[in-house]
Amino acid sequence: MKDIHSEEKTYKFGMVIDLDKCTGCGACMVACMAENNVSFRADETDKLRSITWMRVYKMTNGLPFPDTEVCYIPRPCMHCEGSGHHRPAPCIAVCPATATDRDHETGIVSQVYTRCFGCRYCMAACPYHARYFNWWDPKWPKGMEKYLNPDVSPRMRGVVEKCSFCYHRFQRAKNKAYAEGRREIREDEYQTACAQACPAGAITFGDLNNPQHAVYKLKNSPNAFRILEKLGTNPKVYYLSTKEWVRRGVDHYLEEEAQD
Amino acid sequence: MDSALIPEGVKRCSFKKFAIWIGVLTIPTLWGIYAALLCWGKALNQTNLNDNFPFGFWIVADLGVIALGAGAFFTGFLRYILKIEELKNIVNFAVVIGVICYASALGILGIDVGQPLRAWFIFWHANVHSMLTEVAFCITCYFIVLCIEYLPLVLENRRIDAYRFFHFLSHRFHQAMPAIAAIGVFLSFFHQGSLGGVPGVLYGRPFAYRSGFLVWPWTFFLFILSAIACGPCFTLLITWITEKITRKQLVKKSVKETLAKIAGWLLASYIVLKIIDTIYWASSMAPRVGINFKSFYANQPYGIWVLITEIGILGIIPAIILITKQGRSNSALLILASFLNCAGIFMNRWIMTVQTLAVPVMPFDKFASYHPNWQEWATTLLPVWIGAMVISLSYRYLPVFPQERELNPA
Repeated sequence: MKDIHSEEKTYKFGMVIDLDKCTGCGACMVACMAENNVSFRADETDKLRSITWMRVYKMTNGLPFPDTEVCYIPRPCMHCEGSGHHRPAPCIAVCPATATDRDHETGIVSQVYTRCFGCRYCMAACPYHARYFNWWDPKWPKGMEKYLNPDVSPRMRGVVEKCSFCYHRFQRAKNKAYAEGRREIREDEYQTACAQACPAGAITFGDLNNPQHAVYKLKNSPNAFRILEKLGTNPKVYYLSTKEWVRRGVDHYLEEEAQD
Repeated sequence: MDSALIPEGVKRCSFKKFAIWIGVLTIPTLWGIYAALLCWGKALNQTNLNDNFPFGFWIVADLGVIALGAGAFFTGFLRYILKIEELKNIVNFAVVIGVICYASALGILGIDVGQPLRAWFIFWHANVHSMLTEVAFCITCYFIVLCIEYLPLVLENRRIDAYRFFHFLSHRFHQAMPAIAAIGVFLSFFHQGSLGGVPGVLYGRPFAYRSGFLVWPWTFFLFILSAIACGPCFTLLITWITEKITRKQLVKKSVKETLAKIAGWLLASYIVLKIIDTIYWASSMAPRVGINFKSFYANQPYGIWVLITEIGILGIIPAIILITKQGRSNSALLILASFLNCAGIFMNRWIMTVQTLAVPVMPFDKFASYHPNWQEWATTLLPVWIGAMVISLSYRYLPVFPQERELNPA
């Protein structure tokens, strides 16, 4: 049987976040919310019900003052690759209604809001807390609906949502390339909102398989690592840090395990 | 008033007393319905669930009642497939309890999902790799089977049975019962196992994840075994409660002891395998991902006491009582063991669901706790009240207990 996708140009989009550069300012979170019509409530004190596709975590080295060091870890959806057909991303494997899937063209893990019926099994499966449930219907402050991004559909209550690597931007870039008679999109044509908003330039986005893209070189750095690598989720989001306690702090190690 | 509907040769309380009893049960039922309407009308913000705990009391209750309802298919298997004739005296009641348990599970799921009107997507857009898909298909099919098993009992009502057609239909159903029971057994083994697969396949959650055989994690097999171990005990427990309320002996002691003995050996086997599974998980699976298993129990209330209580107090003790003749022949001990067995399985479902989510996976993440709020309690208890009504109606109007007349001569 002919593979219907064999003619298509495929990518493996991913992200490299330099934690030595991240100041924890939260601009990536704000940009993400604005770009993707992420709903919010007047009172957002309950962080376990706040929707933050991009969320900045704080980690310390655990030492007392004056040796305390802090690291901020921006965490989008990891768009896990899993390990092959029989073990896809943790969320994809469990969704009973195929509402989440891996896009063959981009490697992006999708979320079909109109198909999700809110069982939340994917949330239980995700070790990164990257998936969020709409506990309420979105309610925009008066007039704000005019500022919503027309390329992104808002989500109703009772469905799960998550970071899409600004997939609508990929679609836009692809349309543009097609109109201009190109098969491939350029690196600068498709960038996520968080990558563009980061004032420290800590977030780099691109095709992990393309040697011409910055992420290709960065992910091969000796300081590159991923969160919870040992679980085998195979994330497409890499991190950089020159500090060993940071590299070691994002995964579990037994006491007797050697330092890396 | 309703004496024409009551089975022949048995005594029932007055209609007035019965109506008051049903009225009393209606009060908490309305409370549960109100809570369900709040969840449907105002969305799931009405609960204590959150993004750290997408699964909570409802899913625990679902996994729990389906295990407790396993008495129906397993007693049917013993009665119709293995031909243990003695169990014909309790199989009807096991079916009634099974119908209630499975209807409860489906009802609770109907409240638990964020978009109940889209619940059919699980069949329409089915992901065949998802354990939940397998659960949904098998539970729905098995619920239909249970209804078919319950139907002949309804047809045996004195007034209905008076019609030749229904009498004939009931007879035909009885003839087909071994085949229906076999279908039920097949479906039940799969969905009880799939329910174990629900946490067991979560490879992003090392607390729940288990290796296994082909596509089935070890929890798949443990859930089957634990369900068939506790299901019959739940049937015994509800029979005992019914006997206390009606102040009658409804099933002979020998029948109960037979069921208890089988449940006891199954529970003992389950506990042995559970201990092996726990040792393998703690000594091999958790270290493989860099985790010392003790860290799973580092945050209260999920301390190491959880493991000791589940396996020791609620597993080993009831197993010993049930497999020893002295233990199960003592009515008080038999009921205590049945209760501990059921509580243990319920606790296991809580651990595999809520504790799994409570254990932070990212090392820099914070521990969060969860407890159900009144809306979750009210909706989860709703099947208890409705179940009590179904049992009351069945007991009053249907020949549920074949030995009742013999044990309670007029």
